Amino acid sequence: MSDNITEVKEEVTTAAPLLSIKDLKVTYRTDLEVVEAVNDIYLEIGKGKTLGLVGETGAGKTTTALSILRLLPNRTGFIDKGEIFFDGESILDMTEHQMQHVRGNRISMVFQDPMTALNPVLTVGDQIAEAIKLHNPHLSAAEVDQKVEDTLQMVGILPQRKVEYPHQFSGGMKQRVVIAIALCCEPELLIADEPTTALDVTIQAQVLSMMRDLRDRLGTSMLLITHDLGIVAQTCDDVAVMYAGEIIESGTTKDIFLGGRHHPYTVGLFDSIPDLESKSARLNPIPGLMPDPTDLPPGCPFAPRCRECMDICREKRPETKLFGETHRIRCHKFDQDAAGTVVTDEPVEEEGGKQDE
Amino acid sequence: MDELKNTAAQAAGAAVAAEDEVVTFKRPSQAKEIWRRFRKNRGSMIGLIILIIIFLLLIFAEFISPYEIAIKQIPENILAKPSAQHPFGCDAYGRDVLSRILHGGRVSLAIALIATMTSCIVGSTLGAIAGYFGKWIDSIIMRALDIFMSVPDILFTMTVVVALGANFVNLLIALTLAYFTNYVRLVRSQVLNLSEQEYVEAARAGGSGNARIILSHIIPNAMGVIIVNVTLNVAKIIIYESTLSFLGLGMPPPQPEWGLMLSEAREVMRKAPFLLFFPAAAIVICACCINLVGDGLRDALDPHLKS
Repeated sequence: MSDNITEVKEEVTTAAPLLSIKDLKVTYRTDLEVVEAVNDIYLEIGKGKTLGLVGETGAGKTTTALSILRLLPNRTGFIDKGEIFFDGESILDMTEHQMQHVRGNRISMVFQDPMTALNPVLTVGDQIAEAIKLHNPHLSAAEVDQKVEDTLQMVGILPQRKVEYPHQFSGGMKQRVVIAIALCCEPELLIADEPTTALDVTIQAQVLSMMRDLRDRLGTSMLLITHDLGIVAQTCDDVAVMYAGEIIESGTTKDIFLGGRHHPYTVGLFDSIPDLESKSARLNPIPGLMPDPTDLPPGCPFAPRCRECMDICREKRPETKLFGETHRIRCHKFDQDAAGTVVTDEPVEEEGGKQDE
Repeated sequence: MDELKNTAAQAAGAAVAAEDEVVTFKRPSQAKEIWRRFRKNRGSMIGLIILIIIFLLLIFAEFISPYEIAIKQIPENILAKPSAQHPFGCDAYGRDVLSRILHGGRVSLAIALIATMTSCIVGSTLGAIAGYFGKWIDSIIMRALDIFMSVPDILFTMTVVVALGANFVNLLIALTLAYFTNYVRLVRSQVLNLSEQEYVEAARAGGSGNARIILSHIIPNAMGVIIVNVTLNVAKIIIYESTLSFLGLGMPPPQPEWGLMLSEAREVMRKAPFLLFFPAAAIVICACCINLVGDGLRDALDPHLKS
C-alpha cells in the first residue's frame, strides 16, 4: 500500500496531477444485468487546471464523477478495478469517515439541476452555513455568518438574501447558491456535472463566466462534465472525449479543437454542431445509437457507427496512441501512423476487485 | 467571445444593481412568520381560540370547581336536570357534571397529547431508520411491525392495560404501542421518497454523515406530513381513550374521565339524555378544534406556500 503511494508520487513529480484515475472500471450490477458503465479509463487533472469531460448521455461521465467521490449507488454500483489518487492519496482505500472529510471540503460537486439540489425547507444561508460548519467545527457562529455572507457576495448574490428560501430564487441564482455551497470550503477540486444544462443560454453565460472567474481566483482545479463543446472551448485546459465508458480521445483543448488527427467519433461530434457560417440545410448527426452497455461489442465500441470502420475494429479493441506530448487517441485508424507511440498504460496490479461500500 | 463575456458580466452587474434598490431582505423570526400565515386561516383561528379557552378552563378547573365537587356524591342531586347551580346537571351518583367534565378533560387531554408525542417519536425514529438504511434493518423493523399490526389495536391495548394495571403511565404505554405503527409506515415512506432527492445526494457529496442527512434534510421535509398526522392522531387518541374508559379500562374511578362518563351515562340514557350530551360534545369539540389547528399549521409550516 505505502509502496504504491511512493511509486505514484514519483510519477507525480513530473506532471504533478491533483487527481489521477488509473484503469478505472465501474459496473452497475442488478439481478438482471451487468452494465459496464466505465471501462478502463485513465484521467489526470493538474493543479489549477480544468478538464472537460465530453460525451453523449450514458457515456459514463457522471459515473466517473460519482466514483471520484465514492458516491455510486449503494447496492448496485461497484468499482471493479483501478485506482483513484487525489493529491497522492488513494481514494478507494479511504474509510467512509475519511471520505466525509474529503467530500465537500477538498472535493466538492455541483449538480446538474439547481431546482432540486437545494433543500426546499432550509434557507439559503442555513445551507451554506451547514457546509461551512461541517468542515470547520471550530468556527464561532459569528465567523460562520461572516463566511456565509462572503461566499454569497463572491457568487454575486446580495448577502442579505441569505435569509430567503430556495424557491424565492430564480434558476440561475439557485445555481449560484449551489456553487457557493460547493466553494465555501475552498475545495482543491470542483466537479461540475453539467452545471448549466438546466439553465437558459444567457444565464449559462453568466454562470460560466462566474465559474471561470472563481476558478482563477481560488486556484481550484475543475472537472467539467458537459456535452456542450462550446463550453469546453471557452473554459477548459484539457479535454477528454468519452464514448460508451471509454475515453477515446484526450488532449489539450488545442489538440482536440485544432489538431490534425482525430478519432472518427470526435469528428462526428464536431460535425453535428450547427455552424453559423455554412449554409447547409441540415445538421450532420452521427448515425445510430450508443451500444447497449450491458452488451458491448468485442472490438471498438464505436465500430458499429463508424464511417471508417475496418475489419479489425470489430474484433480487437484499439490501443491508445500518443501523438505529441498530450494528444491521445484510441483508434485503429492510426495503427500504422508512425507519428504516434503506443501508450502501454501499465495495468494496475489487481487486488481482486474492490467494492465500493 | 469576449463580447459575450462582457454582456454576461454586464447582465450580472445589472441584476445586482437592480437588487440593490430593493429594500433589505429580512427574515422575520420563524415563529412570527408561521403565525402570520396561520392567522390568515379563519377556521384554524377559531379552532385555536376555542382550544385556548378549553385549555384555560382545564388549567383553572380547580378554581372554577374544585376536585371534591367532581367526586362528591350528593343523593338529593341524583340525575338532577341542568340548573343554575349545576349548569350541566348531575349524574346517577349525584355528582356535578360540569366539574367532572373539567377534571376529566385534564386527564383525557394530557394522556392524548403525551401519548401522541411518544408514539410520534418512537414511530418516526423507527420509520426513519428503516427507510434510510434499508436492507436487513428495514426488513427486521417492518416485519416486527407487521406482527404488531396483525393484532387488533383494541385487543392489544386491552391486553397491555390488563397486564400492567390501569393507571396514567400504563395507559400511555398502551396507547403509544397502539399508535406508533402509523408513524413508522408514514415516516418510512416519506424517507424512502426524500432520500432519493438530489439535495440529499448533494448533502452527501458535501460530506454530511447519515445522522446529519436524516436530521437536517429529511425530517424537516417530512415535517408537514408528520404534523398533520400528529394533530389527526390527538383527536383519534382522545376518542380511543374514551373507548377504553367506556370499556372500563381507563383511569380507575372515582377519577372522572370523558369516556367513563359516557359509559356511565349510557345506563341512564332514557331518563337523563343530557348526561350523554355534555361529555360527547366535549370530545367532539376538542377533536374538531385540534383538527382545524392541525390543518392551519400544515399550511403555515410549508415554505412553498410562502408569499
